[in-house]
Amino acid sequence: METNTKILACEYQYLESSELGQVLTWLEEYGEKAAVLAGGTDLLVKMKMGNLQPDCVIYIKKIAELDYIKDDADALRIGATTSLATIERNEVVKTYYSALYEAVRSMAAVSIRNMGTIGGNLGNASPAADTAPPLLVYDATLKLVSQQGERLVPLNEFFVGPSQSVLKPNEIIAEIIIPKLGPDSGSSFLKLGRVSADIAKINVAVYMLRSGSKCESCRIAFGSVAPTPIRVPQAEAMLNGKEINEELLGAAAQAGAAEIKPITDNRSTKAYRQKVSKVILQEALQAAWQRAGGAL
Amino acid sequence: MERKWVKIKVNGKERQLYLKPNDLLLNVLRDELGLMGAKYGCGIGECGACTVLVNGRPMLSCLILAVTMDGQEITTVEGLGDYDQLHPLQQSFLDHGAIQCGFCTPGMLVTAKGLLDENPNPSEEEIRDYLRGNLCRCTGYTAIVKAVKEASKAV
Repeated sequence: METNTKILACEYQYLESSELGQVLTWLEEYGEKAAVLAGGTDLLVKMKMGNLQPDCVIYIKKIAELDYIKDDADALRIGATTSLATIERNEVVKTYYSALYEAVRSMAAVSIRNMGTIGGNLGNASPAADTAPPLLVYDATLKLVSQQGERLVPLNEFFVGPSQSVLKPNEIIAEIIIPKLGPDSGSSFLKLGRVSADIAKINVAVYMLRSGSKCESCRIAFGSVAPTPIRVPQAEAMLNGKEINEELLGAAAQAGAAEIKPITDNRSTKAYRQKVSKVILQEALQAAWQRAGGAL
Repeated sequence: MERKWVKIKVNGKERQLYLKPNDLLLNVLRDELGLMGAKYGCGIGECGACTVLVNGRPMLSCLILAVTMDGQEITTVEGLGDYDQLHPLQQSFLDHGAIQCGFCTPGMLVTAKGLLDENPNPSEEEIRDYLRGNLCRCTGYTAIVKAVKEASKAV
């Protein structure tokens, strides 16, 4: 069948509720046959393209209790249906979580950010999801809920492969929990696309905690260079506990570039991704270190 | 598929619509309500031609199920001004020749309205950034950005 994106050709049962409990009951009943609709910017495109034909569509954006940003003493908690635009406008995110702020700012356009949600960006499990690398370096945890109860899954155990995660058909993401960052810490996010509003050819996030002229702890995550967003532990190990200088950051960037496993696709070639990963990682490391108050 | 009654406020007027679950907001606006401003361009969220304001914020009507808009408020380009009294943005687009073929114009105008409501005095850079999801195949960006900048002084 030829694709016609002017209409949504597939037919399905439409369910909506403002009660989370009702949605979980439906998910229990329909499981894999159901698609969860929040912002729709990915789901409706997939359905229009014929890549997904759910028997029922469950709309969750009317559930008020999933739309919030709470700045608690121990963590920043973001409800799954919080729009990307709401995150972008949040002062706490803007001031303290630079990598997440920069990632959201880099995403698509205003209209898409007004629609799209953080839970959707993660739940799709795209290797290119821009919110994933920042949340990985912040050591974020996801709260997944089903009728059986809730479970906490560290984000670095959430993604399994392209479009695959540990999220079960009867579950939804309820909350993203981001631990408070140390006072002498900094983070950054960089991305390359074909044009400014593009899906990433490659993206990277860095978090560094500083103790004097040493890096106490460092976390680095890449997107679009492996089947899932990934951390690069060897590069991180080169920086943990070390005196930081330009040379060491360069060497760590080299090591990080060697740890990724990119492919050639319609956005970029493997060779280009390999080369450019070192460059953007080095820049991201410099930015994060300087934001942590470190000198170079 | 079971149809559903929904109430949507469109350009200030309450509308009762009997919709199929797979009706897209864009097609409801154009085919049911005769509001032909918003355009079908790409259908997949790349071009911005279908942009409308939902509760004052720019969103893409080709990627919105109309049934999810129950109780919400939509503004299309037709709701900005009318023939006798154009919105300052519309007047400014005319004054600056910011319209060539006109296809992207409704999307540009409502997105620009969203910008000025959020940030009444944007810099050129902020205008370009905010409008980055609205493509103009005539490449009339210079005039469009200028028109928005000038309109911001009038609004």
